[in-house]
Amino acid sequence: MNEIKEKKTISEETSSDDMKVLDDLTSSEYKWGFVTDIESETAAKGLNENVVRMISKKKNEPEWMTEWRLKAFRYWQKMEEPTWPNVHYPQINFQDISYYSAPKQKPKLNSLDEVDPELLKTFEKLGIPLEEQKLLSGVAVDAVFDSVSVATTFRETLKEKGIIFCSISEAVKEHPELIKKYLGSVVPYTDNFYASLNAAVFSDGSFVWIPKGVRCPMELSTYFRINSQDTGQFERTLIVAEEGAYVSYLEGCTAPIRDNNQLHAAVVELVTLDNAEIKYSTVQNWYPGDKEGKGGIYNFVTKRGACRGKNSKISWTQVETGSAITWKYPSCILQGDNSVGEFYSVAVTNNYQQADTGTKMIHLGKNTKSTVVSKGISAGHGNNSYRGLIKIGKNAEGARNYTQCDSMLMSDKCGAHTFPYIEVENESSKVEHEATTSKIGEDQIFYLNQRGISTEDAVNMIVNGFCKEVFKELPMEFAVEAQKLLAISLEGSVG
Amino acid sequence: MLSIKNLHANVDGKEILKGINLEIKTGEVHAIMGPNGSGKSTLANVLTGNKNYEVTNGNVLFEEKDLFDMDPETRAREGMFLAFQYPIEIPGISNATFLKTALNEIRKYNKLPELTPTEFLDRIKDKAKVLGLDDTLISRAVNVGFSGGEKKRNEIFQMLILEPKFVLLDETDSGLDIDALRIVSNGVNIYRNPNNAFLVVTHYQRLLNYIQPDFVHVLYKGKIIKSGGKELALELEEKGYDWIKTEEFETENAWPESE
Ligand SMILES: Nc1ncnc2c1ncn2[C@@H]1O[C@H](COP(=O)(O)OP(=O)(O)OP(=O)(O)O)[C@@H](O)[C@H]1O
Ligand SMILES: [Mg+2]
Repeated sequence: MNEIKEKKTISEETSSDDMKVLDDLTSSEYKWGFVTDIESETAAKGLNENVVRMISKKKNEPEWMTEWRLKAFRYWQKMEEPTWPNVHYPQINFQDISYYSAPKQKPKLNSLDEVDPELLKTFEKLGIPLEEQKLLSGVAVDAVFDSVSVATTFRETLKEKGIIFCSISEAVKEHPELIKKYLGSVVPYTDNFYASLNAAVFSDGSFVWIPKGVRCPMELSTYFRINSQDTGQFERTLIVAEEGAYVSYLEGCTAPIRDNNQLHAAVVELVTLDNAEIKYSTVQNWYPGDKEGKGGIYNFVTKRGACRGKNSKISWTQVETGSAITWKYPSCILQGDNSVGEFYSVAVTNNYQQADTGTKMIHLGKNTKSTVVSKGISAGHGNNSYRGLIKIGKNAEGARNYTQCDSMLMSDKCGAHTFPYIEVENESSKVEHEATTSKIGEDQIFYLNQRGISTEDAVNMIVNGFCKEVFKELPMEFAVEAQKLLAISLEGSVG
Repeated sequence: MLSIKNLHANVDGKEILKGINLEIKTGEVHAIMGPNGSGKSTLANVLTGNKNYEVTNGNVLFEEKDLFDMDPETRAREGMFLAFQYPIEIPGISNATFLKTALNEIRKYNKLPELTPTEFLDRIKDKAKVLGLDDTLISRAVNVGFSGGEKKRNEIFQMLILEPKFVLLDETDSGLDIDALRIVSNGVNIYRNPNNAFLVVTHYQRLLNYIQPDFVHVLYKGKIIKSGGKELALELEEKGYDWIKTEEFETENAWPESE
């Protein structure tokens, strides 16, 4: 479901005052509204054309949408699951998954006493109110939440500006001309194994359209939680910023979600026209599996933005602490002259988590610029790979890329790997790549200890310092949450 | 303030401190001199609780409390401060944030209220002035890209902010130009009072002209082999260390160190 959050005033440099951030951390309230309208229907396991048709029918989709799904499905059937990422997991049986699990049934619990104490501890550390804890862990709640009306108020404001912010399902019906024009225009249904699967069976997601010359006055956000967490399995998001438009979009959840869906294959498409800008921020902390590496989400996501217009800009910022396996490369296609692509990422792998993430910056237009800052943190037996492609096309006169790729190791058993790919077809371009790997310094920890700071706080401080260039790209409130999540996911991990 | 008895310590299984005895009373300044590798920094690390250094024998009381019962952060909160010979860099964390966190941890431990941002800022500005520290160094990441001398000044700056009871200065004078030496010494002298104490490790008598010690000790191969007043430093400057290495001591250490 979609939610909207009022934009906070953010100073240019949130960084200069980490303490402020830390203070806010303890005082900031959790103020998201949400919708709890749960229907329950689950299709039998397995995937074939009938299932695809059924999904489309359940959603009352027009014929052209059904056809698009079917084309994707037929294409997907001929594809092979990719094996090149540096991650290892047991073969997925795609016939053993239920593809219409709209709101998937969770065992209903009667009270918080029945919830995993580990999970409760985490909630506590995040400072999530009791009622909300219940919702997140699937305890029946009687309280009526007022969020529907809140969301509606925001929607009114957006409407005045001509902004469309709704679910993809709604958009298919209400704005078919826009969907036909843009859906699959950045990530076609033939793109890759998981993107094709998503095109065939996508459950729901968000659609944002910002009209010409409009700056979206608030940050838009989607939360994968309660009812929406279930449709998160094959999420599909499309954001379009017309000429001169601007929007900042937040995706993520602040509480760890125990989700029974093992496989998540989302697709996100962004389009910016002349002088438009989209800022897309993600905080992802899905269930990473237990300390022995059992369970956890497989997160196979295709995220791509097309800077179609000149002077347009797309910026991806992500903090990933969750999932058992993450396979994800938010990318930018820099078509318009002078367009700018940015990728700021923090990826944490602890225990037995594996992450193969990075970005692709495809420079096609003249004087296009891209910046990549990737911070990988590995702890426990975690395995973290950065994979990045910088491609400079023939016509990309004067294109520039700067990539900085740093890894921090917290233990002797974890790993960090870097796979940079650089393809340059234009001589006048400039591509720079810097990479570092360091072990968290015992001498740094001792230095902080000697000033009265505990080891746990010292580790958090060092890690936050390491990630600072990324955190300062996040909206203030998100940055605070990201720091908290990082602290939680790395608890007791130095060794 | 600090009472060290028969202290033995190993690094990597090799004995470096071989029975140190030292009494430091409140209000006193002790200097430790001695050739390279004699164990001066090792002593500082052992006292502050660096876990790479293993205490094998002896005990230390800090304000009547058993020092080895406390982890490094507790020792710091109890008022022990080490100005490092080689200060450490912490990228991405500003000096101010770092100091504010440290100060509040120490104050919390001592049941004092946290400083308000204004109070903290005032204190920072005040002390920075004493040391002639540029404002930019305060907002920059801890020690990152600082020159050698700036790092040393920053250590003393931290001392002034955190107000410890017992201060170890490990070669704080090395790497300082003549003016900086005067400024840093002045910082120490301003802070010196009847309620605190210092242990100053140095190679040069010059520092002791500025920071006048009550006692001077010579550490050699892990033992204090001579103690005296401040005139001992002058004597060392003039004659070097050879003359104190006693016959007895030489024989005792004549065995190859490889076992
Ligand atoms: N972490 C360590 N690992 C291995 N050896 C060490 C370590 N720390 C100290 N040592 C050894 O212990 C001995 C004493 O070193 P220490 O640093 O205490 O000397 P010092 O008196 O401070 O010398 P300097 O005047 O050069 O600073 C040296 O031989 C040194 O190599
Ligand atoms: Mg030394």
